[in-house]
Amino acid sequence: MERSVVFAGFGGQGLLFAGQILARAAIADGLEAFWIPSYGPEMRGGTASCTVIVADEEIGSPVVDRYDAAVVMNPPSLARFGPRVADGGLLIANASLLGDASAERPEIDELRVPCTELAASAGDDKLVSVVALGALVGRLGWVTRESVIEAIREVVGVKRPEILEADLGAFEAGVRAGAVAVPV
Amino acid sequence: MTATVERAPTEGATGSKRSRILMKGNEAIAEAAIQAGCDAYFGYPITPQAELLEWMARRMPELGRVFVQAESELGAINMGLGAAATGARVLVSSSSPGMSLMAEAMSYMAGSQTPIVLVNVMRGGPGLGSIGPSQSDYFQAVKGHGHGDYKVPVLAPASIGEAVELVATAFELAERYRTPVILLADGILGQAMEPIEPQFRHPPRQEFDWALTGADGRPPRVLRSLHLLPERLEEHNNVLQAKFREIARNEVRWAGEQLEDADLAVVAYGTAARIAHSAMRKARQEGIRVGLFRPITLWPFPEPQLRELASRPTAMLVVELSAGQMVEDVRLAVEGRCPVAFHGRTGGMLPTPDEVLAELRRLDATVRAGGAT
Repeated sequence: MERSVVFAGFGGQGLLFAGQILARAAIADGLEAFWIPSYGPEMRGGTASCTVIVADEEIGSPVVDRYDAAVVMNPPSLARFGPRVADGGLLIANASLLGDASAERPEIDELRVPCTELAASAGDDKLVSVVALGALVGRLGWVTRESVIEAIREVVGVKRPEILEADLGAFEAGVRAGAVAVPV
Repeated sequence: MTATVERAPTEGATGSKRSRILMKGNEAIAEAAIQAGCDAYFGYPITPQAELLEWMARRMPELGRVFVQAESELGAINMGLGAAATGARVLVSSSSPGMSLMAEAMSYMAGSQTPIVLVNVMRGGPGLGSIGPSQSDYFQAVKGHGHGDYKVPVLAPASIGEAVELVATAFELAERYRTPVILLADGILGQAMEPIEPQFRHPPRQEFDWALTGADGRPPRVLRSLHLLPERLEEHNNVLQAKFREIARNEVRWAGEQLEDADLAVVAYGTAARIAHSAMRKARQEGIRVGLFRPITLWPFPEPQLRELASRPTAMLVVELSAGQMVEDVRLAVEGRCPVAFHGRTGGMLPTPDEVLAELRRLDATVRAGGAT
């Protein structure tokens, strides 16, 4: 098993953080993990992204031809990564910023998640990427919920304990959004 | 004679997989150097190795060791030369354009037999190029940098775990052979995060009979690369060449995978080897028997091992993040025993596994048809 996901959106949406939490959770689950940010020149307000690969064997290539999943948080990311989701893969679209925009690809599972609203209901509307991470884990279960919670506690609990509960709430809201029935 | 590593050290021979920690390549390299007893670090910020310098800026003063952000790469490497001449364990790091600036001092240190470890987190060139990942400094690291007849060991990790291990090896080689050693990484290895075993090696210290430690109670020592008498310089060169032969005999490192039954062998190092690894898996699923030969030391190059291998597969494909540099050494090594094809991307672009797979299919079809590559 080797699975890849790209988290893409605006800088400041917490995408690199969400990717790192996924990688930490994978390690806690005894899996291999690889995290790589896009570190090229990006203009302010442009896209930021990271790719995470999780596997139960040694991870080879840090670049993938098609992603098993993509989390797209804004219109440029949908345009860039929507076409790069593998057939049968998952696209998590941030409905709060994308409105009705879609990858228009019936061969992939497109999950629309109102990340801002769900994050706000958890107590901090900035935690959009944590909601999206929840949706990914709730939908695909590459890593266990428990390991993600542990990773969030480890990282946020040390760096920003005041938002730990909101982070955990945002993650759970995402998991519930991801667990809705897959449309046929 | 040959040290063969069949599995990457990231596999972790001991301990639970769950005890591993997630670290960024640049930071893991820096911490590995600290754990290996690095006394002094000199550098100048440049992407994509900046986090290495940042880690050192925080950690070295904490430990009461030396950290200097120099005014330029020239300053950094010459401070490194001075510190290393006292027998201190010294690390200097940079990325491609910065390494070019350090070329003169590299030659001086090779000439004066000064041990030092340099890390080059390669980016796209030539010139200021791009900050994307690249392997286009192979020639620079293996054949070039400064003037004169010299070589320095070049270690090329393919994972962050292996980079951690090779940092300790680099200090060991530097001191054992009194030579600069280059750890050659790329932007991907520097920027990525991977789990590593939080177990670092601490190479033991030794007394040096050459280090400039103050001549109190003993005759003065001199470290120099200047030998004005040609007879004297040739003698010195003979000493250096004997040392290089000894390194070439003793320090070749490489890794092989699925070479036993391979019809095609991919030869690649570092990040390119990982891409090739994924392509190899895909090719095997299609019934194309591909193996992977991964040099870990780029100098000394695993030449005898490649030559021996060349009598078995029908063709080789060299994959690099460059326009084709190591491929020249592969061709020299196999001496025409089998065809050697090449695939590379430049400028910070990466070949994808499917791209390499397409090359393997093409090569497979060509050799099956009995044609030239």
